[in-house]
Amino acid sequence: MIAAFALILVCQLFGEVISELFSLPVPGPVIGLGLMFIGLLIKRKPPKELTDAADNLLMHFSLLFVPAGVGVITQIDRVKSDWLPIVASLVISTLLTIAATAFLMSKLLPKAPANPTDTSNEGAK
Amino acid sequence: MEPADLTQLWVYLSTKPLTGLTITLVAYAIGFWLYQKSNRNPVCNPVVIAIAIIAAILHFTGTPYSVYFDGAQFVHFLLGPATVALAVPLFRQMETLKRALPVIVFGVLFGSLMATVSTVAIAHFLGASTETLASLAPKSVTTPVAMGIAKEIGGVPALTAVCVIVTGIVGATLGPAVMNLVGLTDWRARGFAMGVGAHGIGTARAFQVNQTAGAFSGLSMGLNTIATALTVPFLWHWLFG
Repeated sequence: MIAAFALILVCQLFGEVISELFSLPVPGPVIGLGLMFIGLLIKRKPPKELTDAADNLLMHFSLLFVPAGVGVITQIDRVKSDWLPIVASLVISTLLTIAATAFLMSKLLPKAPANPTDTSNEGAK
Repeated sequence: MEPADLTQLWVYLSTKPLTGLTITLVAYAIGFWLYQKSNRNPVCNPVVIAIAIIAAILHFTGTPYSVYFDGAQFVHFLLGPATVALAVPLFRQMETLKRALPVIVFGVLFGSLMATVSTVAIAHFLGASTETLASLAPKSVTTPVAMGIAKEIGGVPALTAVCVIVTGIVGATLGPAVMNLVGLTDWRARGFAMGVGAHGIGTARAFQVNQTAGAFSGLSMGLNTIATALTVPFLWHWLFG
């Protein structure tokens, strides 16, 4: 568990370094994701310890957005002046983007080999 | 205990990182419990409930956000490692990825443009200031990147942060309902759309429902970050520059 977590942090650290060094618009953790993915491609069979650590981290991924989300309260005054265009555009655009993208991808993605809509593994494992 | 003592106790406790951390976990646990109770109704989003509970506590106790964040930062920190960990579910989808790479790239570009252009167009039509438009444009990517883009094109990064969170919450709570309405059942397409439209919060929601959806959401979220970071500044200077 410790080794797996250390490996994840190392990927993130390298990601941050690359992002800073080349002043890329992509944040360090996203580059770290890429590095980890390349590592998995090379290794082919990822160690169970690593996949367990990753699954555990992702099981409650949404919890991790709470602290930043509470930060919304610090910006309420700023939103007041332009609230209608902000709220309307955010809601309409987001739902439009999700519906249109899902529609496009359901038409374009090749049919999955087995259980195309597997509800079998409902919930995070 | 006298009310005065209670206030003093809170003043003491609120300076400890432990309090912010505990409040975060307890509020989320309550949110998740309500979510389960509601038969996993997406409108009972655990993130939204947790944010509402914590915001109410901070408001009624007069605690500044920065004091709360001293403790909550331990949870916030894990966002980085969790983003890296998305490589694992992504790797599990390797077979689909290999077969559908051009489609995936096209889908991300489509979603990225759709999100940016429709937000700016609607807000512009409703009379938002140029500064607000620039703050709204990058709303569909993860917070740090969105703030960077907003700064580059003349927006207010703090306002962008709010727009990003609201986008994620709207997408995670209402997105599934809209997709159900139009009869889209492919978990891959559904997850993909959540990642493009509602970044990490949408991805978190996708993981709660289905592993495949989560993996595709993580994939499109990552690619969308890159696509948006490259296209928005270019589009902005072309349209308003």
